[in-house]
Amino acid sequence: MSTTNTLDRTSGVGLGIAMTWFSLLVLIPLSAVVFTAAGGGWDLFWRTVTGEQTAAAIRLTVGQAALVTVVNVVMGTLIAWVLVRDHFRGKALLEVLIDIPFALPTIVAGLVLLALYGKDSPLGIDVANQRSAVFLAFLFVTLPFVVRMVQPTLAELDKEVEEAAASLGASRVTTFRRVILPSIVPAITAGAALSFARGVSEYGSLVLLSGNLPFRTEVTSVRILSSIENNNLAGAAATATVLLVISLAVIVLLDVLQRRVSGRG
Amino acid sequence: MSIEISGVSKSFGDFDALRDVDLTIPSGGLTALLGPSGGGKSTLLRIIAGLETADAGRVLIEGRDATELPAQKRNVGFVFQHYAAFKHMTVAKNVAFGLEIRKRPKDEIRRKVAELLELVHLDQFAHRLPAQLSGGQRQRMALARALAIEPSVLLLDEPFGALDAKVRKELRDWLRRLHDEVHVTTVFVTHDQEEALEVADEIVVINQGRIEQVGTPDQLYDAPANDFVMGFLGDVTRLGGRPIRPHDIEVHTTPVGEDPAEVHAGEVARLTRVGFEVRLLVLTVEGEETQVVLTRAEARAAGIDVGSRVWLRPHRGATTVSAVRAV
Repeated sequence: MSTTNTLDRTSGVGLGIAMTWFSLLVLIPLSAVVFTAAGGGWDLFWRTVTGEQTAAAIRLTVGQAALVTVVNVVMGTLIAWVLVRDHFRGKALLEVLIDIPFALPTIVAGLVLLALYGKDSPLGIDVANQRSAVFLAFLFVTLPFVVRMVQPTLAELDKEVEEAAASLGASRVTTFRRVILPSIVPAITAGAALSFARGVSEYGSLVLLSGNLPFRTEVTSVRILSSIENNNLAGAAATATVLLVISLAVIVLLDVLQRRVSGRG
Repeated sequence: MSIEISGVSKSFGDFDALRDVDLTIPSGGLTALLGPSGGGKSTLLRIIAGLETADAGRVLIEGRDATELPAQKRNVGFVFQHYAAFKHMTVAKNVAFGLEIRKRPKDEIRRKVAELLELVHLDQFAHRLPAQLSGGQRQRMALARALAIEPSVLLLDEPFGALDAKVRKELRDWLRRLHDEVHVTTVFVTHDQEEALEVADEIVVINQGRIEQVGTPDQLYDAPANDFVMGFLGDVTRLGGRPIRPHDIEVHTTPVGEDPAEVHAGEVARLTRVGFEVRLLVLTVEGEETQVVLTRAEARAAGIDVGSRVWLRPHRGATTVSAVRAV
C-alpha cells in the first residue's frame, strides 16, 4: 500500500477545484449555520434544543426517519431483488415508477398523499394530522434510495458464486446470508444513509397531510421555519445544528456497521 | 463405475444442447470432455453437478440415482472457469466454507484447511483476500475449496480457460500431478485438444450435443472414429481424396513406389517457415491442394523450394479414420 501524498500538477489542480467547490457549496454554509447557532450564545442554544416543543419535533423526526430507514432496508432490498432476478410483464414500467418519488416535486407528493389519505380519502384511510402521516410521507419520498443503490450491485453479482455455494452444500438461505448479503451490505448501508438523511430533511411532502401540530406531528423542518417566521434565527440555527450532528452521527455509525458486517465473512 | 449417464437430453429453447447422451465415466480417472464451444460439454458437466436439470434421462453417481437430487446434496466438487471466489472471505475462509456448512468441529476444519492449502501451495496466502491473488492462485484456491468437502467426483468447467498460456500450461501439469496424488474421479471440460491429450486418461469428444468418440488420447489420435474427431484433434489435409495429417506425408523429389494409386505427383505452390517447421502447399496433378509439414532439415536436405516438382505418399503408420471404436 502506498502512503505517499505527493500530487502531480494535474491532480493538484483537480483537488483544488474539488475542494473549492465543496467548500462553497457545503462547508461554508454548514459552518454558517453552526456559527449563527453559536452567535445566540450557549444559553439560547441549550434552551432552544431542550425546549419541549423543539425536543418533541426532533424526537419525532429522528424516530420516524429511523423507522422508515429500517423498513426501506428490508423492502428496498426485496424490490431490488425482484427487479434484478425476476422477469415479469410490466417490469420496465415498475422500473420507471420507482423513480417517481425522486422526480416529483415534494409538494406535489404532499398533495397526492393528502388527496389519497386525507379527510376525504377515496380509500377510506384517513391519517391526516396523525403521526402515521409523517411516517407515510417519509416512506414515499425515500422509497427509491435503497432500491437504486442495491440494484446495480445485485446485478453485478456473479451467478457462479451462488452455484459454487450450492455445490458446497449451502442452502438458498445460507447462500443469501453468507455470500450475497455481505456483497450488497455496502450498497444497502449507503441507501439507508441517504434514506435517513432525506427523511430527516423532509418538508414538502408531509406539511399538508401531517397538520404540523406542536408536540404531535410537527417535524423539525417545520419547527425551523416557524422559528424563522418568529424572527428567531439563532433558535432556528440551533435546531438545524442538532439535526446536522445527528445526521453526521448516523452516517458514521452506518459506515462502521457496514465495515464490520462486510468484513466478517 | 463412478458416473453413469443414460439417455440425457437437454434443450434451451430451440437449441438442443444434448441429444440422448449415454456415457460411463470410470472411478478414479481423469476424464476430459472435449469439443467445440456450444457442443454441449459444459451442459453435460452442469447436469452431473445438478446445476442444470436434464429434460430427459438419468444420472447415477457412485451407483446412486442423483437425477432428482439438488446440487447441495450431490457431494460434487465444482470448479468454475472464472473461479467464483467468495470475494469478501479470506482464502482460508473460502476453503473452509463447505466444511462449515457441514458443521464440522472447528479443530477439524482448521486442520483440514491447512492441509489443503499446503496441497495447492497457498499456505502462506491463507489470510489474503481472493482479490490479492493471481488468476492461477485463485483457481488453485477454488480447487482446494472444492476438494475440502471430499467430493465423490470433482468437476472442472474450462478450469484454465481464463489464464494466460504460460500459467495454463503450469497449472495443467500440476492438475495431472495432483490427480495422481488425490485420486478423486475427475472430469474436466476443455475445448483445447492439446490440454485434453496431455492431461486426460480418457477423452470424450462431444459435438452438437452428441458423443463422437470415447477413448484414450492415443486411441483418439491414432484411430479417430470419424472425420470430425480426426479434424478436431489435429491438423488435417487431403491426399487422394482421403483425410490425412500434414506430417504423415512423405515428400520425394524423384518418382517413387510401385503402387501408382498411393503416390501423387505435384508442384510446391507455397512454402512457409515457422520455427523448426516448413509448411508446404502442394498442388497435385489431380488438382488437389495438399498441405505437408516437414522439418527445416528435411526440406533443406531435399532442396525443396517453391516450384519444386514433388511426389507425395502417406507414411506407413499414418493415421486414418477408422470405425474401430465408434460410439
